Amino acid sequence: MMDAADVAFTEAAVGAGISTLLLLKTLALTRRYAKPQKRRNWLALSVVSVTGCLLIYGTADLPAYGSADAPAHQHLSAYYLEKSVEETGVPNVVTAILASYRGFDTMGELVVIFIAGVGVLSLISPTSNVKSTTSGSFLYEHTVLRIVSKMLMPLIMMFALYVQFHGDYGPGGGFQAGVIFASAIILYSILFGPEAARTVMSDRVTRLLAAFGILLYAGTGFAAMLNGGAFLDYTYLGGQQVSAQMLGIFLVELGVGITVAAVMVRVFLEFDQRPVIKLPVLKEGDL
Amino acid sequence: MPDQLAYWLIIGLMMVGLYIVIAHANLIKKIIGLSIMQVSVFMLYIGIGYIEGGAIPIIDAKTVLYSNPIPHVLILTAIVVGIATVALALALIIRINEAFGTIEEEELAEGAGEQ
Repeated sequence: MMDAADVAFTEAAVGAGISTLLLLKTLALTRRYAKPQKRRNWLALSVVSVTGCLLIYGTADLPAYGSADAPAHQHLSAYYLEKSVEETGVPNVVTAILASYRGFDTMGELVVIFIAGVGVLSLISPTSNVKSTTSGSFLYEHTVLRIVSKMLMPLIMMFALYVQFHGDYGPGGGFQAGVIFASAIILYSILFGPEAARTVMSDRVTRLLAAFGILLYAGTGFAAMLNGGAFLDYTYLGGQQVSAQMLGIFLVELGVGITVAAVMVRVFLEFDQRPVIKLPVLKEGDL
Repeated sequence: MPDQLAYWLIIGLMMVGLYIVIAHANLIKKIIGLSIMQVSVFMLYIGIGYIEGGAIPIIDAKTVLYSNPIPHVLILTAIVVGIATVALALALIIRINEAFGTIEEEELAEGAGEQ
Protein backbone atom coordinates (compact mmCIF):
# COMPACT_ATOMS: atom_id res chain seq x y z
CA MET A 1 0.00 0.00 0.00
CA MET A 2 2.24 2.79 1.23
CA ASP A 3 5.45 0.72 1.30
CA ALA A 4 5.74 0.83 5.07
CA ALA A 5 6.32 -2.81 5.93
CA ASP A 6 7.64 -2.22 9.44
CA VAL A 7 4.73 -0.02 10.44
CA ALA A 8 2.17 -2.40 8.95
CA PHE A 9 3.77 -5.21 10.89
CA THR A 10 3.59 -3.33 14.18
CA GLU A 11 0.03 -2.20 13.67
CA ALA A 12 -1.02 -5.75 12.77
CA ALA A 13 0.58 -7.12 15.92
CA VAL A 14 -0.77 -4.40 18.20
CA GLY A 15 -4.12 -3.50 16.65
CA ALA A 16 -5.36 -6.99 15.87
CA GLY A 17 -4.53 -8.40 19.25
CA ILE A 18 -3.73 -6.46 22.35
CA SER A 19 -5.68 -3.22 21.97
CA THR A 20 -8.92 -5.08 21.16
CA LEU A 21 -8.43 -7.41 24.10
CA LEU A 22 -7.80 -4.56 26.52
CA LEU A 23 -10.91 -2.73 25.33
CA LEU A 24 -13.05 -5.86 25.72
CA LYS A 25 -11.63 -6.47 29.18
CA THR A 26 -12.47 -2.91 30.20
CA LEU A 27 -15.99 -3.32 28.89
CA ALA A 28 -16.35 -6.51 30.90
CA LEU A 29 -15.04 -4.75 34.00
CA THR A 30 -17.25 -1.70 33.67
CA ARG A 31 -20.58 -2.00 31.91
CA ARG A 32 -21.75 -3.57 28.72
CA TYR A 33 -24.20 -0.91 27.58
CA ALA A 34 -23.66 2.78 27.08
CA LYS A 35 -26.37 5.19 28.04
CA PRO A 36 -28.26 5.92 24.82
CA GLN A 37 -27.59 9.33 23.34
CA LYS A 38 -30.71 11.46 23.40
CA ARG A 39 -30.20 13.35 20.18
CA ARG A 40 -27.63 14.23 17.59
CA ASN A 41 -25.10 16.69 18.82
CA TRP A 42 -25.39 19.41 16.17
CA LEU A 43 -22.84 21.68 17.84
CA ALA A 44 -20.20 18.94 17.77
CA LEU A 45 -21.10 18.10 14.19
CA SER A 46 -20.65 21.69 13.06
CA VAL A 47 -17.34 22.09 14.93
CA VAL A 48 -16.09 18.90 13.31
CA SER A 49 -17.22 19.91 9.82
CA VAL A 50 -15.62 23.35 10.06
CA THR A 51 -12.36 21.88 11.34
CA GLY A 52 -12.41 19.26 8.59
CA CYS A 53 -13.03 21.87 5.89
CA LEU A 54 -10.19 24.03 7.19
CA LEU A 55 -7.82 21.06 7.20
CA ILE A 56 -8.85 20.07 3.68
CA TYR A 57 -8.30 23.67 2.58
CA GLY A 58 -4.84 23.37 4.13
CA THR A 59 -3.98 20.29 2.04
CA ALA A 60 -4.02 22.50 -1.06
CA ASP A 61 -0.55 23.66 -0.08
CA LEU A 62 0.81 20.16 0.47
CA PRO A 63 2.94 18.56 -2.25
CA ALA A 64 1.00 16.00 -4.31
CA TYR A 65 0.46 12.63 -2.66
CA GLY A 66 3.29 10.24 -3.57
CA SER A 67 5.44 12.80 -5.38
CA ALA A 68 9.14 12.04 -5.16
CA ASP A 69 10.30 15.67 -5.03
CA ALA A 70 8.37 16.67 -1.92
CA PRO A 71 10.55 18.61 0.55
CA ALA A 72 10.20 15.81 3.13
CA HIS A 73 12.27 13.48 0.97
CA GLN A 74 15.13 15.83 0.12
CA HIS A 75 17.27 16.14 3.22
CA LEU A 76 17.80 13.57 5.97
CA SER A 77 16.06 10.63 4.39
CA ALA A 78 18.24 10.84 1.29
CA TYR A 79 21.30 10.76 3.56
CA TYR A 80 19.99 7.78 5.53
CA LEU A 81 19.08 5.80 2.41
CA GLU A 82 22.49 6.46 0.92
CA LYS A 83 24.75 6.04 3.92
CA SER A 84 23.07 3.75 6.44
CA VAL A 85 24.35 0.46 5.01
CA GLU A 86 27.86 1.85 4.79
CA GLU A 87 27.77 3.26 8.31
CA THR A 88 25.80 0.64 10.23
CA GLY A 89 25.83 -2.47 8.05
CA VAL A 90 22.06 -2.86 8.47
CA PRO A 91 20.07 -3.10 5.21
CA ASN A 92 16.74 -2.26 6.88
CA VAL A 93 16.96 1.53 7.01
CA VAL A 94 14.05 1.72 9.43
CA THR A 95 15.93 -0.41 11.96
CA ALA A 96 19.13 1.56 11.41
CA ILE A 97 17.42 4.90 12.10
CA LEU A 98 15.34 3.53 14.97
CA ALA A 99 18.19 1.96 16.88
CA SER A 100 21.22 3.96 15.84
CA TYR A 101 20.62 7.41 14.36
CA ARG A 102 17.61 8.12 16.55
CA GLY A 103 18.65 5.79 19.37
CA PHE A 104 18.13 8.37 22.09
CA ASP A 105 14.59 9.09 20.90
CA THR A 106 13.75 5.38 20.90
CA MET A 107 15.09 5.05 24.42
CA GLY A 108 12.71 7.81 25.48
CA GLU A 109 9.81 6.00 23.83
CA LEU A 110 10.77 2.83 25.66
CA VAL A 111 10.78 4.72 28.95
CA VAL A 112 7.29 6.06 28.15
CA ILE A 113 6.06 2.49 27.62
CA PHE A 114 7.67 1.46 30.90
CA ILE A 115 6.12 4.37 32.79
CA ALA A 116 2.68 3.66 31.29
CA GLY A 117 3.09 0.06 32.47
CA VAL A 118 4.01 1.24 35.96
CA GLY A 119 0.98 3.55 35.89
CA VAL A 120 -1.36 0.68 35.00
CA LEU A 121 0.11 -1.40 37.80
CA SER A 122 -0.28 1.32 40.38
CA LEU A 123 -3.86 1.93 39.27
CA ILE A 124 -5.31 -1.56 39.03
CA SER A 125 -2.83 -3.96 40.59
CA PRO A 126 -4.63 -5.83 43.37
CA THR A 127 -3.90 -4.37 46.79
CA SER A 128 -4.24 -6.21 50.05
CA ASN A 129 -7.85 -5.21 50.62
CA VAL A 130 -8.98 -6.12 47.10
CA LYS A 131 -8.53 -9.85 46.64
CA SER A 132 -7.99 -10.95 43.05
CA THR A 133 -10.37 -13.63 41.96
CA THR A 134 -10.11 -16.21 39.24
CA SER A 135 -13.49 -16.73 37.73
CA GLY A 136 -13.90 -19.95 35.77
CA SER A 137 -14.04 -18.92 32.13
CA PHE A 138 -16.06 -20.96 29.66
CA LEU A 139 -13.01 -21.10 27.42
CA TYR A 140 -11.34 -23.61 29.74
CA GLU A 141 -13.67 -26.33 28.51
CA HIS A 142 -12.97 -25.99 24.80
CA THR A 143 -10.65 -28.93 24.15
CA VAL A 144 -10.09 -28.12 20.48
CA LEU A 145 -9.08 -24.53 21.23
CA ARG A 146 -6.75 -25.64 23.98
CA ILE A 147 -4.99 -28.28 21.86
CA VAL A 148 -4.65 -26.01 18.81
CA SER A 149 -3.37 -23.10 20.86
CA LYS A 150 -0.85 -25.38 22.53
CA MET A 151 0.46 -26.24 19.09
CA LEU A 152 0.46 -22.60 18.00
CA MET A 153 2.18 -21.08 21.00
CA PRO A 154 5.71 -22.36 20.35
CA LEU A 155 5.37 -21.26 16.72
CA ILE A 156 4.30 -17.76 17.75
CA MET A 157 7.24 -17.51 20.15
CA MET A 158 9.63 -18.81 17.51
CA PHE A 159 8.26 -16.24 15.05
CA ALA A 160 8.73 -13.51 17.64
CA LEU A 161 12.37 -14.48 18.06
CA TYR A 162 12.80 -14.53 14.27
CA VAL A 163 11.31 -11.04 14.02
CA GLN A 164 13.57 -9.89 16.85
CA PHE A 165 16.83 -11.17 15.41
CA HIS A 166 16.05 -10.74 11.72
CA GLY A 167 14.93 -7.13 12.11
CA ASP A 168 18.25 -5.95 10.66
CA TYR A 169 17.58 -7.56 7.31
CA GLY A 170 13.81 -7.72 6.93
CA PRO A 171 10.85 -5.93 8.41
CA GLY A 172 10.80 -6.36 12.15
CA GLY A 173 12.64 -5.44 15.31
CA GLY A 174 12.25 -5.21 19.03
CA PHE A 175 8.86 -3.48 19.15
CA GLN A 176 7.13 -5.98 16.89
CA ALA A 177 8.87 -8.97 18.45
CA GLY A 178 7.96 -7.86 21.95
CA VAL A 179 4.29 -7.55 21.08
CA ILE A 180 4.20 -10.88 19.23
CA PHE A 181 5.94 -12.65 22.10
CA ALA A 182 3.51 -11.11 24.55
CA SER A 183 0.57 -12.28 22.44
CA ALA A 184 1.71 -15.90 22.86
CA ILE A 185 1.59 -15.55 26.66
CA ILE A 186 -1.72 -13.69 26.41
CA LEU A 187 -3.22 -16.50 24.32
CA TYR A 188 -2.11 -18.89 27.05
CA SER A 189 -3.67 -16.68 29.68
CA ILE A 190 -6.99 -16.49 27.84
CA LEU A 191 -7.31 -20.25 27.42
CA PHE A 192 -5.75 -21.56 30.60
CA GLY A 193 -6.43 -18.73 32.99
CA PRO A 194 -4.20 -15.96 34.37
CA GLU A 195 -3.05 -18.20 37.20
CA ALA A 196 -1.46 -20.58 34.71
CA ALA A 197 0.12 -17.68 32.82
CA ARG A 198 1.55 -16.35 36.07
CA THR A 199 3.38 -19.61 36.69
CA VAL A 200 5.23 -18.89 33.41
CA MET A 201 5.61 -15.14 33.73
CA SER A 202 5.28 -14.38 37.42
CA ASP A 203 4.83 -10.81 38.61
CA ARG A 204 8.41 -10.78 39.79
CA VAL A 205 9.71 -11.94 36.40
CA THR A 206 7.75 -9.38 34.37
CA ARG A 207 8.75 -6.60 36.74
CA LEU A 208 12.42 -7.48 36.53
CA LEU A 209 12.35 -8.01 32.76
CA ALA A 210 10.61 -4.68 32.11
CA ALA A 211 13.33 -2.87 34.03
CA PHE A 212 16.11 -5.03 32.60
CA GLY A 213 15.24 -4.12 28.99
CA ILE A 214 15.68 -0.41 29.66
CA LEU A 215 18.82 -1.14 31.67
CA LEU A 216 20.25 -3.05 28.71
CA TYR A 217 19.43 -0.14 26.41
CA ALA A 218 20.90 2.53 28.66
CA GLY A 219 23.79 0.24 29.57
CA THR A 220 24.74 0.00 25.90
CA GLY A 221 24.75 3.79 25.82
CA PHE A 222 26.95 4.05 28.90
CA ALA A 223 29.30 1.37 27.58
CA ALA A 224 29.87 3.56 24.53
CA MET A 225 30.53 6.49 26.86
CA LEU A 226 33.05 4.52 28.92
CA ASN A 227 34.90 3.70 25.71
CA GLY A 228 35.28 7.39 24.92
CA GLY A 229 32.29 8.06 22.68
CA ALA A 230 29.05 9.91 23.17
CA PHE A 231 26.00 8.29 24.82
CA LEU A 232 24.65 5.56 22.50
CA ASP A 233 27.45 6.13 19.97
CA TYR A 234 27.87 2.45 19.13
CA THR A 235 30.98 3.04 17.02
CA TYR A 236 32.95 3.08 20.26
CA LEU A 237 31.77 -0.36 21.37
CA GLY A 238 34.95 -1.86 19.92
CA GLY A 239 36.13 -3.47 16.71
CA GLN A 240 35.31 -2.23 13.23
CA GLN A 241 32.75 0.56 12.91
CA VAL A 242 30.20 -1.61 11.11
CA SER A 243 30.45 -4.57 13.49
CA ALA A 244 30.32 -2.25 16.51
CA GLN A 245 27.22 -0.54 15.12
CA MET A 246 25.57 -3.93 14.48
CA LEU A 247 26.38 -5.04 18.01
CA GLY A 248 24.91 -1.85 19.45
CA ILE A 249 21.75 -2.14 17.33
CA PHE A 250 21.40 -5.78 18.34
CA LEU A 251 21.67 -4.97 22.05
CA VAL A 252 19.26 -2.04 22.09
CA GLU A 253 16.70 -3.91 19.96
CA LEU A 254 16.95 -6.77 22.44
CA GLY A 255 16.35 -4.31 25.27
CA VAL A 256 13.32 -2.91 23.45
CA GLY A 257 11.92 -6.39 22.83
CA ILE A 258 12.32 -7.51 26.44
CA THR A 259 10.72 -4.40 27.95
CA VAL A 260 7.82 -4.28 25.47
CA ALA A 261 7.03 -7.98 25.94
CA ALA A 262 7.19 -7.76 29.73
CA VAL A 263 5.06 -4.60 29.95
CA MET A 264 2.41 -5.96 27.54
CA VAL A 265 2.14 -9.30 29.35
CA ARG A 266 1.94 -7.68 32.76
CA VAL A 267 -0.62 -5.08 31.69
CA PHE A 268 -2.84 -7.76 30.18
CA LEU A 269 -2.55 -9.97 33.26
CA GLU A 270 -3.52 -7.07 35.49
CA PHE A 271 -6.59 -6.36 33.35
CA ASP A 272 -7.41 -10.06 33.30
CA GLN A 273 -7.22 -10.54 37.05
CA ARG A 274 -9.06 -7.42 38.08
CA PRO A 275 -12.20 -8.54 39.86
CA VAL A 276 -15.51 -6.91 38.95
CA ILE A 277 -16.20 -4.72 41.95
CA LYS A 278 -19.80 -3.95 42.75
CA LEU A 279 -20.29 -0.75 44.66
CA PRO A 280 -22.05 -1.08 47.98
CA VAL A 281 -25.35 0.73 47.70
CA LEU A 282 -25.25 3.88 49.79
CA LYS A 283 -28.02 4.27 52.32
CA GLU A 284 -29.39 7.46 53.84
CA GLY A 285 -27.03 8.86 56.43
CA ASP A 286 -23.96 6.92 55.26
CA LEU A 287 -22.06 10.05 54.31
CA MET B 1 -8.75 11.84 -9.12
CA PRO B 2 -7.36 14.86 -7.28
CA ASP B 3 -3.78 14.76 -6.05
CA GLN B 4 -4.70 15.18 -2.42
CA LEU B 5 -7.51 12.62 -2.20
CA ALA B 6 -5.56 10.39 0.19
CA TYR B 7 -5.08 13.29 2.60
CA TRP B 8 -8.77 14.14 2.41
CA LEU B 9 -9.73 10.60 3.38
CA ILE B 10 -7.28 10.71 6.28
CA ILE B 11 -8.76 14.03 7.44
CA GLY B 12 -12.23 12.48 7.18
CA LEU B 13 -11.12 9.66 9.47
CA MET B 14 -9.61 12.18 11.88
CA MET B 15 -12.89 14.11 12.01
CA VAL B 16 -14.83 10.91 12.74
CA GLY B 17 -12.55 10.39 15.73
CA LEU B 18 -12.90 14.03 16.81
CA TYR B 19 -16.70 13.83 16.62
CA ILE B 20 -16.74 10.74 18.83
CA VAL B 21 -14.50 12.46 21.38
CA ILE B 22 -16.72 15.56 21.51
CA ALA B 23 -20.19 14.08 21.19
CA HIS B 24 -20.11 10.88 23.23
CA ALA B 25 -20.34 11.04 26.98
CA ASN B 26 -19.27 7.44 27.54
CA LEU B 27 -15.60 7.41 28.55
CA ILE B 28 -14.79 4.16 26.73
CA LYS B 29 -16.24 5.60 23.52
CA LYS B 30 -14.11 8.69 24.00
CA ILE B 31 -11.01 6.51 24.19
CA ILE B 32 -12.09 4.69 21.01
CA GLY B 33 -12.51 8.09 19.32
CA LEU B 34 -9.05 9.15 20.46
CA SER B 35 -7.61 5.90 19.07
CA ILE B 36 -9.27 6.58 15.71
CA MET B 37 -7.77 10.07 15.64
CA GLN B 38 -4.41 8.59 16.55
CA VAL B 39 -4.60 6.10 13.69
CA SER B 40 -5.44 8.90 11.26
CA VAL B 41 -2.32 10.80 12.35
CA PHE B 42 -0.27 7.64 11.81
CA MET B 43 -1.71 7.35 8.31
CA LEU B 44 -0.99 11.02 7.60
CA TYR B 45 2.66 10.53 8.48
CA ILE B 46 3.00 7.35 6.46
CA GLY B 47 1.19 9.06 3.58
CA ILE B 48 3.73 11.88 3.62
CA GLY B 49 6.52 9.31 3.50
CA TYR B 50 5.00 7.49 0.55
CA ILE B 51 6.67 7.90 -2.86
CA GLU B 52 4.93 6.60 -5.93
CA GLY B 53 6.90 3.68 -7.34
CA GLY B 54 9.18 3.53 -4.31
CA ALA B 55 10.07 0.27 -2.59
CA ILE B 56 10.03 -0.56 1.13
CA PRO B 57 13.15 0.97 2.69
CA ILE B 58 15.26 -2.17 2.90
CA ILE B 59 18.35 -1.60 0.82
CA ASP B 60 19.20 -4.06 -1.94
CA ALA B 61 21.38 -3.71 -4.99
CA LYS B 62 18.63 -3.55 -7.62
CA THR B 63 16.27 -0.94 -6.18
CA VAL B 64 16.77 2.76 -6.86
CA LEU B 65 13.76 4.47 -5.27
CA TYR B 66 12.67 3.88 -1.68
CA SER B 67 9.85 5.38 0.36
CA ASN B 68 10.90 7.79 3.10
CA PRO B 69 11.97 5.75 6.17
CA ILE B 70 11.83 8.56 8.74
CA PRO B 71 8.02 8.68 9.20
CA HIS B 72 8.06 4.88 9.46
CA VAL B 73 10.43 5.05 12.41
CA LEU B 74 8.42 7.75 14.17
CA ILE B 75 5.11 5.94 13.72
CA LEU B 76 6.41 2.48 14.54
CA THR B 77 7.38 3.58 18.02
CA ALA B 78 4.27 5.75 18.34
CA ILE B 79 2.00 2.72 17.75
CA VAL B 80 3.48 0.79 20.66
CA VAL B 81 3.57 3.88 22.88
CA GLY B 82 -0.06 4.48 21.83
CA ILE B 83 -1.25 1.10 23.06
CA ALA B 84 0.62 1.59 26.33
CA THR B 85 -1.08 4.94 26.92
CA VAL B 86 -4.48 3.54 25.91
CA ALA B 87 -3.96 0.80 28.48
CA LEU B 88 -3.26 3.49 31.08
CA ALA B 89 -6.43 5.36 30.11
CA LEU B 90 -8.50 2.18 30.32
CA ALA B 91 -7.06 1.42 33.75
CA LEU B 92 -8.13 4.90 34.84
CA ILE B 93 -11.64 4.24 33.51
CA ILE B 94 -11.83 1.00 35.47
CA ARG B 95 -10.90 2.88 38.62
CA ILE B 96 -13.42 5.62 37.88
CA ASN B 97 -16.11 2.99 37.46
CA GLU B 98 -15.15 1.37 40.75
CA ALA B 99 -15.13 4.65 42.60
CA PHE B 100 -18.27 6.27 41.17
CA GLY B 101 -20.26 3.38 39.68
CA THR B 102 -20.53 5.05 36.29
CA ILE B 103 -18.46 5.93 33.24
CA GLU B 104 -20.94 8.38 31.73
CA GLU B 105 -19.59 11.91 31.82
CA GLU B 106 -22.89 13.59 32.79
CA GLU B 107 -23.54 11.22 35.69
CA LEU B 108 -20.00 11.79 36.91
CA ALA B 109 -20.54 15.56 36.80
CA GLU B 110 -23.84 15.23 38.69
CA GLY B 111 -22.21 13.05 41.33
CA ALA B 112 -19.44 15.61 41.80
CA GLY B 113 -22.06 18.34 42.23
CA GLU B 114 -23.89 16.45 44.97
CA GLN B 115 -20.91 15.79 47.20
